[in-house]
Amino acid sequence: MKSLKFFLIIFFLNSSFSSASENNLKIKITKNLRCLICQGQSIYDSDSNFANSVKVLVEKKLDEGLSEKKIYSYLKDKYGQWILYDPKFDKNTYFLWLLPVFFFLIGGAIIFKLFIIKRN
Amino acid sequence: MKNKILPIILTFVFIIIFFVFYKGLQNSNIYTPKVEFKKIIPSFEAKIFDSDDKISSNQIFNREKFYLLNIWASWCVPCREEHPYLMNLMKNKDIEIVGLNYKDDIKNAKLFLKELNNPYKIILSDDDGIIAIEWGAYGVPESFLIYDNKIIKKIIGPINNIRILELEELIK
Repeated sequence: MKSLKFFLIIFFLNSSFSSASENNLKIKITKNLRCLICQGQSIYDSDSNFANSVKVLVEKKLDEGLSEKKIYSYLKDKYGQWILYDPKFDKNTYFLWLLPVFFFLIGGAIIFKLFIIKRN
Repeated sequence: MKNKILPIILTFVFIIIFFVFYKGLQNSNIYTPKVEFKKIIPSFEAKIFDSDDKISSNQIFNREKFYLLNIWASWCVPCREEHPYLMNLMKNKDIEIVGLNYKDDIKNAKLFLKELNNPYKIILSDDDGIIAIEWGAYGVPESFLIYDNKIIKKIIGPINNIRILELEELIK
């Protein structure tokens, strides 16, 4: 009887943990997706028909056992790169990715010039 | 010379930032997606409107003819505007119109069709909006012209006179 109780506790704890982790993953994925018909909102934040359908779809795909990456690539195939908040490095985004590096190097050069060279 | 480098760099950076923002001002802030033509239609299974039976996409788009998949709902005002155009298009024997009833109340959808007539060869139900997502749709109304299991044209928004002419040109 004791072992049965122990087994039941473990079973319920395990199932509640796994559903919580799936829910967390769903939240993470929907936060990384852009609502294409809203202004500046993620799928997670939006309550539009489109966003709600994507939320249901993400849940369905997770239930089917698809990984996070596969869900992103599935939606990218349907709606293009724009649905993802993380833009990939290509000819349209060179500027976006390289400008901070450029500023960092310029800033570094100014600091180097002002402090290190002056000290010497 | 050394003192001149910093102002030159700052001016250069300012010009770049100005250029980026100036270009950004000219862009529309409404997202207009790129439509991939000749994309193969998704394979799916859907509930037939006002019935418990299910049908697969292979059974619907199975002939070498033009199909127009029209996503509609009774709560959608632009759908009401485009409906007369669909009724006219229905008369064209080269095309079959397939309806996808999107997140709708069945009673209201039936009333909508009773009031405005039914241009659809078959109507499918999309209660949770997943089928529309499979098609890469954004909302209602939206239409896809299909031929040989490929999307030939995607129409976002209601069908109007100009779009009907475009469709008829493609069907010819």
